[in-house]
Amino acid sequence: MSTPTQTIAPKFEVNSRTASPHGQTKIAVDGLNFYYGRTQALHDITLSIPERMVMAFIGPSGCGKTTFLRTLNRMNDVIPGTRVEGKVLMDGQDIYATGADVVDLRRKVGMVFQKSNPFPKSIFDNVAYGLRINRLTSNKSELEDRVAAALNDAALWSEVKDRLKSSALGLSGGQQQRLCIARALAIRPEVILMDEPASALDPIATSKIEELIVDLKKQYTIVIVTHNMQQAARVSDLTAFFLLGKLIEVDTTEKVFTAPGQKLTEDYITGRFG
Amino acid sequence: MAFLNRTDRTRRATSGVMTVLTALCTVVAVGILLIILSYIAMRGIGALNLRFLVDTPRPVGEGGGIGNAIVGSAVLLLLSCVVGIPLGIATGVYLSEFGGGLFASVVRFLVDTLTGIPSIVTGVFVYAVVVLRMGHFSALAGGIALALIMVPIVARTTEEMIKLVPHSLREGALALGAPQWRVTLGVVIPAAASGIATGAMLAVARVSGETAPLLFTAFGSRFFPRNLNEPIASLTVQIYNYAISPYDEWHAQAWAATLVLMTLILSINILVRFLTRKKF
Repeated sequence: MSTPTQTIAPKFEVNSRTASPHGQTKIAVDGLNFYYGRTQALHDITLSIPERMVMAFIGPSGCGKTTFLRTLNRMNDVIPGTRVEGKVLMDGQDIYATGADVVDLRRKVGMVFQKSNPFPKSIFDNVAYGLRINRLTSNKSELEDRVAAALNDAALWSEVKDRLKSSALGLSGGQQQRLCIARALAIRPEVILMDEPASALDPIATSKIEELIVDLKKQYTIVIVTHNMQQAARVSDLTAFFLLGKLIEVDTTEKVFTAPGQKLTEDYITGRFG
Repeated sequence: MAFLNRTDRTRRATSGVMTVLTALCTVVAVGILLIILSYIAMRGIGALNLRFLVDTPRPVGEGGGIGNAIVGSAVLLLLSCVVGIPLGIATGVYLSEFGGGLFASVVRFLVDTLTGIPSIVTGVFVYAVVVLRMGHFSALAGGIALALIMVPIVARTTEEMIKLVPHSLREGALALGAPQWRVTLGVVIPAAASGIATGAMLAVARVSGETAPLLFTAFGSRFFPRNLNEPIASLTVQIYNYAISPYDEWHAQAWAATLVLMTLILSINILVRFLTRKKF
């Protein structure tokens, strides 16, 4: 049986400093296997994520998109009984190497979760949290500036500037999700992982998040998991299709949606299953 | 609406009966508490006056008060809180945040066992370990005995409350580069704070009514406490001594002391609720 990844065109180089067809490689994944206990959830994943682009992961529920996303900032480490094989290179450094600092990694790779998870603190303290624990600011006014900038980048500033001291839990669902994005942006990561960031939001809030993603890719490398294929088509430059824990196809979004190289991809995109 | 069939009528009747039943049970449960409270208030209010609150005990017929017992109880509670609450919270945090293994299961089992130990056994234990070794009764020994009773209560409620904090909050903090201990201290514990405080409060309320362990440890005293190394009076022991005495005057004073004790517990309760009310 041939591995599907071999048929991918263009083939991305694993060596991180080799220029891929889409610019500098930010994250290179090589032969990644992932296990929950004895169940293998990811099979031999190999792909490169180029810098300052949006890559979307699509695929039916349970196909391993989220699990794969969470291997990129080692978020699966907190789940007992999980195991990783293979390499994930970020800027050429293996993040699973012994001695690799997971805290340092997560400072560089921010994450936005499916369900917004603001801390039960004030709006200001939510955004300031990452800055404070990482000691990224030296004084109060700098902290305030960074918080304001992050809220601004997340397109939330105008809505909350008069109530920074009130509870983050009082915000609407869409606002809470943008607050979580602001919280992730505040520490100026290099990569932002988004796990279905708009799946619980109404269409207006969703379009705001999508505009934001397009805007953010000027500065950040973004990886987004989505169930919504229109969303993947709207916001991403590259799309990776997963099925049953395997990477079936990865290519430019345009190509994946108009002329997929694999029959399985075509079947999924045209709605024949999933 | 106008034409209810048979099943609809049965359903409505059942619902009504059940509502009335649950309301009745609530009334009975709360009613008993109210009866106890009002009876204590009725019996206790007679002997209550300012002098009673500040004076030390005197022989029968000369009045006297429970000032030293109030101070003594406060000292004992403070001592037990200082020892018991941090120990209990730390244990609870360990069990919930880091306690996956066999060791934690053993600790959890032991904590549960400790909860079930009768308080008089705790008293005898502290008597054997602390009092006999020191050679005399002391406030310190009393505080330790009460703390031992508090620890398992605080530990288990803390564990349960922390388990209620959604996992997504922890992941959110971890994803920002927070080390585990900062997640626990800065996000998880604050999110569970009001629940933890309620647990601590329950423990305080529980031990403030304890008499048996104090008989073996703090013993009791007729004077205001001067240091922690000597026997100390407490409201519960005072109530016990007066209640078993043959004198009507002391019986009246026991009722009054009970009223004071209940009022104090209630005030602590309200104060803690106020201090730990949800801000966010």
